[in-house]
Amino acid sequence: MAASPASSNGGTSFLLTLLVKRVASGLLTLFLVALVVFIVSGLLPGDAAQEMLGQSATPEAIAALRQQMGLDQPATIRFLRWLAGLLGGDPGFSMVANMPVADIIASRLPNSLILAGLSTLVAVPLALAIGIASAMRQGGRLDRALNTTTLAMVAVPEFLIATIAVLVFAVQLRWLPSIALMPASGTFLDLLRALAMPILSLSVIVVAQMARMTRAAIIAQLGLPYVEMARLKGVSPARLVLVHVLPNAIAPIVNAMALSLSYLLGGAVIVETIFNYPGLASLMVNAVTSRDMPLLQACAMIFCGAYLLLVLVADIVAILANPRLRNR
Amino acid sequence: MSAMLDEKKAEAPAPGWVARLPLAGKVGLGLVIFWIATAIGGPWLAPYDPGAFAHQDVFAGFGAVHWLGSDYLGRDVLSRVLSGARYSVGLAAASAIAASSIGTGLALIAALAPRWLDEMLSRFMDTLISIPSKIFSLVLVAAIGSSLPLLFLIATLIYIPGAYRIARSQAVNLAQMDYVQVARTRGEGSAYIAVREILPNMLHPMLADFGLRFVFIVLLLSGLSFLGLGVQPPDADLGSLVRENISGLGEGAPAILVPALAIATLTVGVNLLIDALPRRRGSKEG
Repeated sequence: MAASPASSNGGTSFLLTLLVKRVASGLLTLFLVALVVFIVSGLLPGDAAQEMLGQSATPEAIAALRQQMGLDQPATIRFLRWLAGLLGGDPGFSMVANMPVADIIASRLPNSLILAGLSTLVAVPLALAIGIASAMRQGGRLDRALNTTTLAMVAVPEFLIATIAVLVFAVQLRWLPSIALMPASGTFLDLLRALAMPILSLSVIVVAQMARMTRAAIIAQLGLPYVEMARLKGVSPARLVLVHVLPNAIAPIVNAMALSLSYLLGGAVIVETIFNYPGLASLMVNAVTSRDMPLLQACAMIFCGAYLLLVLVADIVAILANPRLRNR
Repeated sequence: MSAMLDEKKAEAPAPGWVARLPLAGKVGLGLVIFWIATAIGGPWLAPYDPGAFAHQDVFAGFGAVHWLGSDYLGRDVLSRVLSGARYSVGLAAASAIAASSIGTGLALIAALAPRWLDEMLSRFMDTLISIPSKIFSLVLVAAIGSSLPLLFLIATLIYIPGAYRIARSQAVNLAQMDYVQVARTRGEGSAYIAVREILPNMLHPMLADFGLRFVFIVLLLSGLSFLGLGVQPPDADLGSLVRENISGLGEGAPAILVPALAIATLTVGVNLLIDALPRRRGSKEG
């Protein structure tokens, strides 16, 4: 039945309302997350002014510095100020490094984005291949083997994967350096060589989850009537999955990819540390050790923002792909 | 029951549900039993004092006297793993039990409480669940520290929201059941309905969820210890053992591989076991 222009217009606006609602709810969550991060990081008594001046400082000196830093303001004001700073690109000043937090992060963030981007490029095709192969032979020997392998990989600690990668490629085979130093100058190939092991480790961490969700998305399609129809008319299994099922499963697959990419965030904390990679996650670990709260808060908010963005993308794809919502 | 009877029971043919498990599930069950036994009896089985410098060499390989070699100070790796397992398993089990119980309790309250309370609680939990666990743990460790009780608190707090979400979806559905309506009409109080009518019917999915939560917590705590932010010396869990021996990586020393593999066999074992258990639909990871 052809939809009349009026109803399709109504559908679009309904969809738009749905999307706007979803984005607004994401922003509200981000605000609440910021509130939690702010409250939690101020749990212990003692503040930055005290820490800067040390135990021997006079109360007057501390009071003066607190006033200068705005620490004498009520918590609500400090929170709003911090939040405004975050949004305006000025998340505060790192007492430990004696530098604006924005500058420190600006020097590290691109490295993390490169690592995450390249790992995604490796992980997505690999996960797709495993997920599709597994779904095509559902219940078969290959499927069960892949299923058990990915199930086990999901539960393997990140540092074991990184450790084994170092052991095999750096110690035994001597193909790759065991520390990921960013080459100051050099070709793209030099960069790849330096980053090969972190990329490999991160990809392995993400692929298992991603492949499992891809398999589930395709298998969910395999139970639908149109698949039975295609099967009955004699379509080969490979053609069935690649031509008939895959286009229909794209939305759930993209949804799965976006959600599994959030494993990159946690994985990066371990992988960047073990390979000494100058990224945002290793910066955050250092901030914990040196109790550099402004830096820690800013890093935490970037990671939480990235996570919420991935979840939002996954949800929006799911909404857009649902024909019942699209054509309402 | 005496120890002898216990042994006889173990030798008897496995009960039906074990026999019905697929191979991966049986492997998982074996690993889980092995690690629980190690966590309980490990320190007594340890051939050496885990703190003693028992070997002349550092990073020794596998051998007849020191089965798993020696660590970066020449301590016996087998003994250190046997006593480290207690921290990894014990701390994670305690946190997982606490997180699952508190999450389930709050979910029962939310399912039976007025709508505004349910919405507030759920909003709060949704917020906490939106902070990636590793990132949250880093903020918490920086804020309050990482002694053993604090690590227990941190792991519990981080994994309550996930347990709550699963439990709430179960409890809300069960609260609509006829037998709950009947109990209400009979004049039973909310507490009775929660504990006697709803809770027994959600135990099964919550037990599977408890297993997953245990895996997440083992991985989180060993990850923190690996970063040097978890269990602090002189105590050492399996993650700490990997960290302190990281310099042996170049030699491929057992001191670094064995504790890392120990964690993996523990978590993979639980995961395989849970996956093999017959389960109802609708439970999701989270």
